[in-house]
Amino acid sequence: MMVADMIFYLFAALTVLAALGVVGSPNPVHSVLFLVLAFFSTAGLFVLIGAEFLAAILVMVYMGAVAILFLFVVMMLDVDFARLRHEGVRYLPIGLTVGAVMLMELGLMVAHHRLDHGTVATNTVDNTFAIGQALYTRYLYPFEVASLILLVALIGAVALTHRERKHVRRQDIAKQLARTREDAVELRKVVSGEGAS
Amino acid sequence: MAEILRTVQVHGVDLFGPLLWPLVWVVLKVVLLLAPVLFIVTYITLAERKVIGAMQVRPGPNRVGFFGVLQPLADAVKLIFKETILPEKADKGLFLLAPLLTLVPALLSWAVVPFSPELILANVNIGVLYILAISSLGAYGIIMAGWSSNSRYAFLGAMRSVAQMVSYEVSMGFTLIPVILLTGSLSLVDVVEHQRTWWNIIPLAPMFFIYFISVVAETNRTPFDLPEAEPELVAGFFTEYSAMSAGLFLMGEYANIVLVSFLGALVFLGGWLPPVSWLSFIPGLIWLGVKAGFLMFVFLWIRATFPRYRYDQLMRLGWKVFLPVSLAWIFLTGLMLQLTQGVGGG
Repeated sequence: MMVADMIFYLFAALTVLAALGVVGSPNPVHSVLFLVLAFFSTAGLFVLIGAEFLAAILVMVYMGAVAILFLFVVMMLDVDFARLRHEGVRYLPIGLTVGAVMLMELGLMVAHHRLDHGTVATNTVDNTFAIGQALYTRYLYPFEVASLILLVALIGAVALTHRERKHVRRQDIAKQLARTREDAVELRKVVSGEGAS
Repeated sequence: MAEILRTVQVHGVDLFGPLLWPLVWVVLKVVLLLAPVLFIVTYITLAERKVIGAMQVRPGPNRVGFFGVLQPLADAVKLIFKETILPEKADKGLFLLAPLLTLVPALLSWAVVPFSPELILANVNIGVLYILAISSLGAYGIIMAGWSSNSRYAFLGAMRSVAQMVSYEVSMGFTLIPVILLTGSLSLVDVVEHQRTWWNIIPLAPMFFIYFISVVAETNRTPFDLPEAEPELVAGFFTEYSAMSAGLFLMGEYANIVLVSFLGALVFLGGWLPPVSWLSFIPGLIWLGVKAGFLMFVFLWIRATFPRYRYDQLMRLGWKVFLPVSLAWIFLTGLMLQLTQGVGGG
């Protein structure tokens, strides 16, 4: 057996185990960390087929940003772990249905497309260059539409969280900087026994 | 050099057999790379105390060994022999895994750092991207440490630290993009060789300063060391850690400082290239060392000079100053390249 094959099976097994950990672990924080492990071993698999650009982007975007945000949210949640474990069974039918649909889609894809192209990248063309070429020529419009959708989502998120609300005090930098001694400090002559009103 | 390598290869195959030798060879190369890195990491701690001492007009550590040169060893022995305390309510597995997860990414990145055109462990063609990707993993160690400690101080420290690292990673990544645009390659060897005419710091000076300030924030150093702001958070995310497990966090921090200094020297200061051609009799390795050493010194200098930032100021600087400026520079660099050479064809 080749070293590359051994590494493939190692990463593949790790991915599957980590994915099982995501759904199986009782603690949601552990689930997210297993998800991170699954991302990482998937990146390893990408490297093995010569798609190192995709691998690096996967690690950077999914592990470096998306999963960190998941972790933030999950850690901030005040969850009752014992109750959560009990409720897991209730969602089993939905989970199984979604899983079955995805498995079917995957099956259809394998059946209709030849997957035996060998490695994704060739040695002659740098795969960063190849991806750039494909994205900015053949798939230019879908690519631009996707980026527009992301931009809208981004602006939407900012607009939702950053709106002015009553009873919420907001920091105003310009106001802070414009404050002078005259605005903030007042000298009073206080008569004994009367206090400063 | 090539001669010696060939002899080693031949003897190695004789000694270990053709099946086992490649593995042994890889391990050997990794050890040869990491030994000097860990040596620098150990001794930058001493350098830090000596430099800050000198800046505050006091001798610094000078009792252990000649001029205190054995101080880092004494510190290491102390850390190893202290008791590692496991908090009762901590998530034990994650608590022990977290320090490793901060140190390991800092060491993994060295795989693609070139010390000369030939002296590089893995000359991958996405070197810059690899370093950015791996360095984004460092945040996991910290967030795991903060969460698994089951302590409020640690948790708040971890939240701050991760928010800070994620924010400044963005601006650090964006400062490297103009360099990639100029070079037309993601390989670090190409990035350095492209600086033969002039170093990248000349056309991209503002990017270099943003890069440096961002990496100071990213490595959680003063004046951006809010994650461990001791008057507010005791010691931040490693409040509950003791002995060597805390030592590993510190090692990870220093390993990151050394790494970003080398990266800065390679990407902006011409790496192993001499500043003027008649100085090229000095080996490239020394030039790289001098440049990276200077950047490491600036890290220590900054620590001795500036007071700590306030957290909201830090976030504002990252998102509202560095991000727009670096984005504008990416745009400007692209525009200039298009006008001067017409890069459309690639």
